[in-house]
Amino acid sequence: MNEKKPLGAEFTKGLLKENPVLVMLLGMCPTLAVTTMASNAIGMGLATTFVLVCSNLVISLLKGVIPKAVRLPCFIVIIAGFVTLISFIMQRFLPSLYESLGVFLTLITVNCIILGRAEAFASKNKVLPSVLDGLGMGLGFTGALLIMGSIREIFGAGSWFGIKLPVISNEPMLIFIMPAGGFFVLGCVIAAVNKLASRKPPKEISCENCPSAAICKGKGKDNSCPAGESEAAK
Amino acid sequence: MKEMIIIIVTAVFVNNVVLSQFMGICAFLGVSKQLKSSLGMGGAVIFVMVCAAACTYPVYMLLDRFEITYLRTVAFILVIAMFVQLIEIVMKKTMPGLYRALGVYLPLITTNCAVLGVTVANIDEGYSFPQSLANAFGTGVAFTLALVLFSGVRARIANSDIPETFKGVPATLIAAAIVSLSFMGFSGMAF
Repeated sequence: MNEKKPLGAEFTKGLLKENPVLVMLLGMCPTLAVTTMASNAIGMGLATTFVLVCSNLVISLLKGVIPKAVRLPCFIVIIAGFVTLISFIMQRFLPSLYESLGVFLTLITVNCIILGRAEAFASKNKVLPSVLDGLGMGLGFTGALLIMGSIREIFGAGSWFGIKLPVISNEPMLIFIMPAGGFFVLGCVIAAVNKLASRKPPKEISCENCPSAAICKGKGKDNSCPAGESEAAK
Repeated sequence: MKEMIIIIVTAVFVNNVVLSQFMGICAFLGVSKQLKSSLGMGGAVIFVMVCAAACTYPVYMLLDRFEITYLRTVAFILVIAMFVQLIEIVMKKTMPGLYRALGVYLPLITTNCAVLGVTVANIDEGYSFPQSLANAFGTGVAFTLALVLFSGVRARIANSDIPETFKGVPATLIAAAIVSLSFMGFSGMAF
């Protein structure tokens, strides 16, 4: 991660090649929970992008100051501060979005994308690359949420961004906006991405991006990594 | 007493934390591979959730007293992070057997959104202290139930012939969709 890369690459890698949701499989909870409508998906994505950029900025500025042993609690407190800030802003200016995101706005604090980027990137890199990395990852996350939200809203409610669509709005398939539909659509989207990228589906969530790697130090890699091992060693 | 049972049953079946509220998905997909690790993680989550609910309730009262409730996200996540560390240290000293069984899962619980979610939900729903504990316990049991059920499903996916592009995570998610569908049957249980 430390070799010199052009700044543009730090930004674009989050959009497609290392898309946090569709490729690295992080941040599943908000991806499934708030994507019943395209507008909620955009709101959640942009709120997360804001927190990600700000926390990457602050953490890369403080990387020499924070003692290594207590860095995870420090990162979490910085992130929680920005989450509180964005929820104030949203409550004041976008009250309806604030209502519909509900508890998941608070839960941005424990989104593994943010802690993962803080640990894997911002705490080791200079300020500008960290901000660009945060922006790219955040927009990649927003894009993935928008895809999910659009599919679920079009099929499940027969509308897109609240605009009623002809034909399909007569008999929308409610299952798509129910919890089961969320799992199903995400599974299909990831399969489609795999097909388009024509490569093997990720068999293993790599330790490099796992926020818990600092704790288990890669020891669990063989057989018992409790976080990373999704389909490993099959 | 009746009220407590209703809270627990609602948390376990009707509003299952994983399958209908989408909290703790990362842990759900990561750990549910084997029955043994599902039970270990579930046990650790029940324990931490009940303790976290017991700790954050007085903390919220304190914040409320000084009218700084907007700090609750920061305060709660700190309490949970500190608490998980504390449990780890105490368990290592006093209950080495239990520590060996749950040890690996404990640090991961800090970033499990179900724990922060349940403490925030307790406040938002306006539960009293015993009700909060019941809700936290029910949510922990719900998490364990989802993990244990799903580990059985995954053992069967591993042995079946699925299309190449769907192998791995996509097949797991689609199986989760079907398990989630079966839990929708409980949503008729209105209290």
